[in-house]
Amino acid sequence: MEVLNTFFVAPFLDMGSDLIFLTEVIIGGMMAGIMYSLVALGFVLIYKASGVFNYAQGAMVLFAALTLVGLMERHVPLVLAIILTMGVMIGLAFLIERYMLRKLVNQAQIILFMAAIGLNFVFEGAGQIAWGSNVKKLDVGIPDKSFEFGGILLNSFDLFAACTAAILVAILALFFQKTPTGRALRAVADDHQAALAVGIPLNTIWVIVWSVAGFVALVAGIMWGGKAGVQFSLVLIALKALPVLILGGFESVPGAIIGGLLIGIFEKISEVYWGPAFGGAIEGWFAYMAALIFLMFRPQGLFGEKIIERV
Amino acid sequence: MKTKSLLLVAAGIAIGATGALESKKAYSAELFFPHTVYRTGAYAPSGIPSANGFRDYYALLNKRDGGIEGHKVVSEECEFKYNTKIGVECYEKLKGKHGGAMLVNPYSTGLTYQLIPKAPVNKIPILSMGYGRTAAADGRVFPWVFNFPATYWSQASAVINYIGAQEGGLGNLKGKHIAHVYHNSAYGKEANPTLDALSAKLGFKLTKLAVDHPGQEQKATWLQIRRKKPDWVFMSGWGVMNQVAIKEAASIGFPMTKFIGNWWSASDADVIPAGDNAIGYKGTNMHPAGTKPKVIQDIIKHIYGGDMAKAKANNVGEVLYNRAVLGAFYATEVVRDAVKLAGGKRPSGDQVREAFENLNMSEARLVKSGMKGYAPSFKVSCRNHEGNAPGVLIQQWSGSKWTTDGKFYPAMNDVVRPMVEKAAAAYAKENKIKPRDC
Repeated sequence: MEVLNTFFVAPFLDMGSDLIFLTEVIIGGMMAGIMYSLVALGFVLIYKASGVFNYAQGAMVLFAALTLVGLMERHVPLVLAIILTMGVMIGLAFLIERYMLRKLVNQAQIILFMAAIGLNFVFEGAGQIAWGSNVKKLDVGIPDKSFEFGGILLNSFDLFAACTAAILVAILALFFQKTPTGRALRAVADDHQAALAVGIPLNTIWVIVWSVAGFVALVAGIMWGGKAGVQFSLVLIALKALPVLILGGFESVPGAIIGGLLIGIFEKISEVYWGPAFGGAIEGWFAYMAALIFLMFRPQGLFGEKIIERV
Repeated sequence: MKTKSLLLVAAGIAIGATGALESKKAYSAELFFPHTVYRTGAYAPSGIPSANGFRDYYALLNKRDGGIEGHKVVSEECEFKYNTKIGVECYEKLKGKHGGAMLVNPYSTGLTYQLIPKAPVNKIPILSMGYGRTAAADGRVFPWVFNFPATYWSQASAVINYIGAQEGGLGNLKGKHIAHVYHNSAYGKEANPTLDALSAKLGFKLTKLAVDHPGQEQKATWLQIRRKKPDWVFMSGWGVMNQVAIKEAASIGFPMTKFIGNWWSASDADVIPAGDNAIGYKGTNMHPAGTKPKVIQDIIKHIYGGDMAKAKANNVGEVLYNRAVLGAFYATEVVRDAVKLAGGKRPSGDQVREAFENLNMSEARLVKSGMKGYAPSFKVSCRNHEGNAPGVLIQQWSGSKWTTDGKFYPAMNDVVRPMVEKAAAAYAKENKIKPRDC
């Protein structure tokens, strides 16, 4: 009886007893979720265009942030540092296409996945060799002040991150839907052999998509690095993006955002209201459990494409 | 011709004399200090200053003092990324090098746990200075493990002592509310039993909030702090968890002056990312930070040739750097005693262990070593491997440096020691160890 009360009654009574706090938890979850979405977007972009589950996305976030902060430490002005970092990420996209993807055309997905794991270690190592492993403060001038609105605690940095994510999604959606390059990307994602047959340059498309993923990694790196400093643990935020992808679908840009928001909310509610019953620190595995339960009902995720293959 | 011959003879004498002097300077033997480090990976911001501190102090001993009692100090690093499994591999790789390790200083609680059963087999003592398994303070059950100058449990009780002092006495803690925010690992949980016991004894409310590795996202934790409104927050964090916690605490408006990190949660890397938000944040320590202490000045002079910029780039003076210097100091002083026990020769593992158990880090010895005001004094015994004077200093971040009033807050031995002995007895029973009689 006590178990039933702990898991099925007390948490709901607690929620009902303080609705303002519940709202704060939900908003806190949404703000955290948006940050996960920023990382998840990079995965989605590359998966859409090349069918590669880019295990190295977290390491790309670290590498981009390390490069930016490394340049800023050498007194390069912020705007120029961002442009130079983007240049580095585009250069890396060229190298990845030339020395990794081009060699692996038509290989099984598991081979591409293994190559992405290798790429992850290259980014991790190269970033630390080039810029060191010490924690670095990243301040790009984003305001970081908390304030109350209707009794609910809000933070300007979190709101800025949410706006950034919204703008990023809008730009990416326009890019994919309205530009010839975006349409070519979608064509490659659907069937790269058919795309080649109609004259879409596969290699160029891959360079473009890895460059865009590099840009998304830079934005995510600025946001996460601004929160806790630029350091190796940025690599691990990729783990936070996985349940988001499972929930939102691997091929959907809006799915990455909605998935992020849902996972964020779910994480925070579970930690605050059910955490004490489990001894705390449950939000990490609860997010995965929620995503796995969701998979049972909708394997392609909320916005993923349903795959029907002929036998 | 005659002049030429005379010149040649003179040159020969000069070369011979120089050679004789060199051979007099030559070391008798090598004393090997293996070092498991984490200069890469998620915990590198803490691992780098620590590794540099050990490296520089060993080099200082060779340069300034000609080694230890005429023996050369040799050290070798093995990178383990704070990954316990790789750490054990490092231990196995290094333990037999350079004639065998004098002792090990794992610098990881998880790794220490793994090495405890290996220590008596390989006859290599473990120095887990202020970390590792708290119960190892009972030397009757853990003859090869030493965790002076204070364990996690003693540290937690000293923090409660400090909070009591701030509240006008321990009696005033009744009805107060203290939250413990901890890394959800063996290390982070270490302080919980002490805090539970003290909560029951002193009547304060205790809320325990775990944060999952690595701790980049803590909104749920700090929203709970905002809701529960504790009077004080004590944190046992590590790595990125500390930096995020300080930022989140500032974000909910929790007063930094009532937020205390343990000595693995209050280093320079922890406060710098938070900028001005971290001003007022407190932490425990066992030594002063900064470059003023004599030993740090010696390092700057002998290792960096007085180049302060180069020294700073190597973390000299940072909290974790200075702590590593302290760890290296204790380790090498123990081995100095062991060399004396061995009649000036290279000591065996048993002799190093004996030196550990008879270590008397008296004030007089600290004065003689130039470490007065830097290293705490204490005495180790067969029964008590934590030392007889556990406690903490409280340091506070000013925005640019750590300051301390130098006041020592003692641990509550009356509460902690019976718990240590109970935990050690349980370990002995579980592992079929017959405790020594001392």
